[in-house]
Amino acid sequence: MIKIEKRNDVPTTLYFLTPFIAIFLTIIGGGIIFYFLGFNPIEALKFFFVTPISNLYGFSELLLKATPLCLIAIGLSFCFKSNNWNIGAEGQLTFGAIVGGGVALLFYDQEGFYILPTIIIAGALGGMFFALIPAVLKTYFNTNEILVSLMLVYVSKLLLDYLVVGPWSNPEGFNFPETRQFSNSARMPLLFEGLRIHAGIFLALLAVMLSWFVLYKTYLGFQIKVSGLSLKTAKYAGFKGKTMILVVFMISGACAGLAGVGEITGPIGQLHRMISPDYGFTAIIVAFLGRLNPFGIIFASLIVALTYLGAETAQIFLQIPKYTGQVFQGMILFFLLASDYLLFFKIKILSLKKNDLRH
Amino acid sequence: MILDISFIGILIGSIMASSVPLILAASGELITERSGVLNLGVEGMMIIGAISGFALMVITDNLFLAIIGSMLSGVIISLIFGFLTQSLLTNHVATGLALTIFGIGLSAMLGKNFVGIPGKDFPILFESLKESIPFFGPILFGHSIILYFAFVLPFLTSYFLKKTKLGLIVRAVGDSPTSASNQGINVILVRYCCILYGGSMCGLAGAYLSLIYTPQWIENMTAGRGWIALALVVFATWSPIKVLIGALIFGGITIMQLHMQAVGLRIPVQFLSALPYLMTIIVLVVISRDSRKIKLNTPTSLAKIFYKEK
Repeated sequence: MIKIEKRNDVPTTLYFLTPFIAIFLTIIGGGIIFYFLGFNPIEALKFFFVTPISNLYGFSELLLKATPLCLIAIGLSFCFKSNNWNIGAEGQLTFGAIVGGGVALLFYDQEGFYILPTIIIAGALGGMFFALIPAVLKTYFNTNEILVSLMLVYVSKLLLDYLVVGPWSNPEGFNFPETRQFSNSARMPLLFEGLRIHAGIFLALLAVMLSWFVLYKTYLGFQIKVSGLSLKTAKYAGFKGKTMILVVFMISGACAGLAGVGEITGPIGQLHRMISPDYGFTAIIVAFLGRLNPFGIIFASLIVALTYLGAETAQIFLQIPKYTGQVFQGMILFFLLASDYLLFFKIKILSLKKNDLRH
Repeated sequence: MILDISFIGILIGSIMASSVPLILAASGELITERSGVLNLGVEGMMIIGAISGFALMVITDNLFLAIIGSMLSGVIISLIFGFLTQSLLTNHVATGLALTIFGIGLSAMLGKNFVGIPGKDFPILFESLKESIPFFGPILFGHSIILYFAFVLPFLTSYFLKKTKLGLIVRAVGDSPTSASNQGINVILVRYCCILYGGSMCGLAGAYLSLIYTPQWIENMTAGRGWIALALVVFATWSPIKVLIGALIFGGITIMQLHMQAVGLRIPVQFLSALPYLMTIIVLVVISRDSRKIKLNTPTSLAKIFYKEK
């Protein structure tokens, strides 16, 4: 007989082990799907997970894609830890890129050391402002932040679309839906000649360090954790809930805005419609896979970035759609959430005899 | 442009057609949410329904099978969500997002060999009446059976929730799962059923797109309609009849965009596209400010995990 019991406390080893179980199961699940689509599963998985990072260029691409994912997920961890469901990071990324990109376009024919920092700050502020909308509505009007932040994603994407087609479109661009190229001073410095990896990665690493410090070494971090565990306790302890909600959304939005700016001043170099392949949504998976832990998030962002790269490689070698990456991303989250069951419940196998005696 | 009466009739007819997937998906999601479950996987379930319906149509050459198959595929994919959230007690928001991401990816993989295949004509009813009666003809006649079903569905949903015992049970489970459970109602089972029903309607909504509205398979062809359907449920403050009205407004906005240039209005298309989302936010703010108003229809336990100690 199987008995399921609620655990009193979550075992720490299991807590950090389950992400690996989820990744393992995802690879097996992916193999099964490839098999049913008529591919040799081992070979297809190799194209997906090994080929993309088998050379230096591929490794640089991995870091390039992991950078925004890591940044956004770090921000989201503040929200999720305190039970605030900001799922609109994609919108905050887009709005940050719009504000940062707007500044970059102001300086399109100028060079100067001050340009890039201005753009970065503008982008962070843009993302922060956009995240404040669901936060303010939640704190003062009691609205559901899940729905508001989600709706705003589409509003920001449409705003970007309007700008690149209309007022901000390149006057010499033959009506392509894109802006002018940014000036060289508005671009993130490249780290190595010939590779696309840029200085934005330091922003991500800085965010990791800062978030670790804030979450584990400051009073604010303590407040965030307590609010996440129990809202009642937080209220009893006299924490000002409203301020904290605003602060975690601002942190989250600023990180997403930075990620947006990193993309447009890094690999893209201008504004157009497709500045992000849904990094803002995928970062939610990264945050969960990384267990909302700053260092876990670094690891998770590399894994999830690999699914993006793998999909691109598989598209070239196996002629399968690039959306395949999303199958893997979805599966990782499914398996991770499912394996969380083991954290909260103990599955005991009892012998029948013992059970009979008790009754 | 000539604003004559017959043109307006045709315009209303096309607004109705564009609102069908929204009505179907939102009506399904409404039942799911009224039972206390927030499934953000609408977009994913719709796109799976779209590819399953289209693929079955191409393989079996039978539209009836294609429609049934799309609904079944919606049920199967929503079963993943149901199993995770109800049996393994996972977070609704995260699971629903995973479902959407997974669904879009899987549909593209499954649909790889169906890109570029032309669709079939779906039979429309009362075609002769459509042409012969001015104004009312294009509004009332010449539609697919799915459209008529979609326009009846909100009334059936409303009747179900208000007048039937099962509807009462669904509402009870959504409003107070603990008391419902104490009354001997199997909360988990009810929620499972509501999730699967929602899945079937989203599957049907997807099939409407790939078989009737734009009969072909294109990657990511639901194009955010699932999110609009989710917004619509909130916009309608969880009332089925308002879902119908809201769907016509949101559908009307979509059709307006197509006619904008003809009318010569100089409002950016993107502003119109953003309207459904902005209107939903405004409605959310208005209903949330007044706690009595939101309590009227909002399932109190929405997105909260229910666990019964055995």
